[in-house]
Amino acid sequence: MLKELNALAAAQGLIIAFAVVGLIMAASYVVSKRLTFGRIHGSAIAILVGLLLAWAGGAVTGGSKGLADIPLLAGLGVLGGAMLRDFAIVATAFEVDPDKARRAGLLGALAIGLGTIIPFCVGGAAAWALGYRDAVSVTTIGAGAITYIVGPVTGAAIGASSAVMALSIAAGVLKAILVMVGTPFAAKAMGLNNPRSAMAYGGLMGTVSGVTGGLAATDPALVPYGALTATFHTGIGCLLGPSVLYFAVKALLGG
Amino acid sequence: MTIFGVALLAVCTLAGALLGDLLGMALHVKSNVGGVGIAMILLILVRVWLQKRGLLSHPLKLGVEFWASLYIPIVVAMASIQNVAGAVRGGPVVVTAALASVLLCWGVMALIGRMGRDEPVSDDRVLAGDPE
Repeated sequence: MLKELNALAAAQGLIIAFAVVGLIMAASYVVSKRLTFGRIHGSAIAILVGLLLAWAGGAVTGGSKGLADIPLLAGLGVLGGAMLRDFAIVATAFEVDPDKARRAGLLGALAIGLGTIIPFCVGGAAAWALGYRDAVSVTTIGAGAITYIVGPVTGAAIGASSAVMALSIAAGVLKAILVMVGTPFAAKAMGLNNPRSAMAYGGLMGTVSGVTGGLAATDPALVPYGALTATFHTGIGCLLGPSVLYFAVKALLGG
Repeated sequence: MTIFGVALLAVCTLAGALLGDLLGMALHVKSNVGGVGIAMILLILVRVWLQKRGLLSHPLKLGVEFWASLYIPIVVAMASIQNVAGAVRGGPVVVTAALASVLLCWGVMALIGRMGRDEPVSDDRVLAGDPE
């Protein structure tokens, strides 16, 4: 029986993923309507359920890909992977009003700058305070706080140990998760209800998965604006991390 | 035809990825720089161009909008494959670095988000793809 199921999963992985995600979303929308009376958006609950299942999957299998480490659900890795994610993000640009995007351009650029430096300093300071005193480790963990791609790219470039790289990736993943879950709740206080602020938010928070997930749960119409700036963030981080930021840390810590 | 929309989306995505890789190489970065953002800008430009020429047919739009409407389910799938267990296991450095930087960035966002207000987005959208 298990053999047949695994054969089915291998042949129909993506199709199984469609069905599973549909089920998660249906259940989440029911919970949103019945238990929270629409106060918490269905997609926010669905993302939270996805993260909880990812945690359960990781705890059961000991792997690093959440639910996708369960052979029957490996198709989730395709549906939620970078290829289809980027394809769907680009598609959302069809809804973008070019004038609005252009007017927020400068604010977006400012936000990308702040969004690179602030997390790096905070992450680096946290690493230093908790006993990581060498420039390479401090830089790598600080870079991880920018996004979970900047962390390992920077670490690999400056020769960080794999344990420090793992910490740096974990910091980036946790940041993405916090942004995904927290954005809908913090949105009102941050004035996050228009394309302009969404572009600033994308640049400031950086993590593409966190920003787009968080905005989707706040107001799906804001997703393309946030994604537009957030996708530049990782590239800028990878550019500055192993160069300017590393040299600055090195100068500060003296080696 | 619907496939024209899907193909247009694919061509923009691929062109963006390629340009992002080239930009990364030019800047000596081991990563794609803004590939998705470039693809989005390309798609916006093509849309404007098609609209001006009256070539923006309903099936073509459908081919792109179908994928936009699948965005949220894809995000849910993405959430379900994150290394949450690993992030939780990472210990105090991970939690401090992530939590403090998110909170501080939210604080900054609360400040700059209020600079120059804009009107909220209109409600005639198909993006969500759901009636909620």
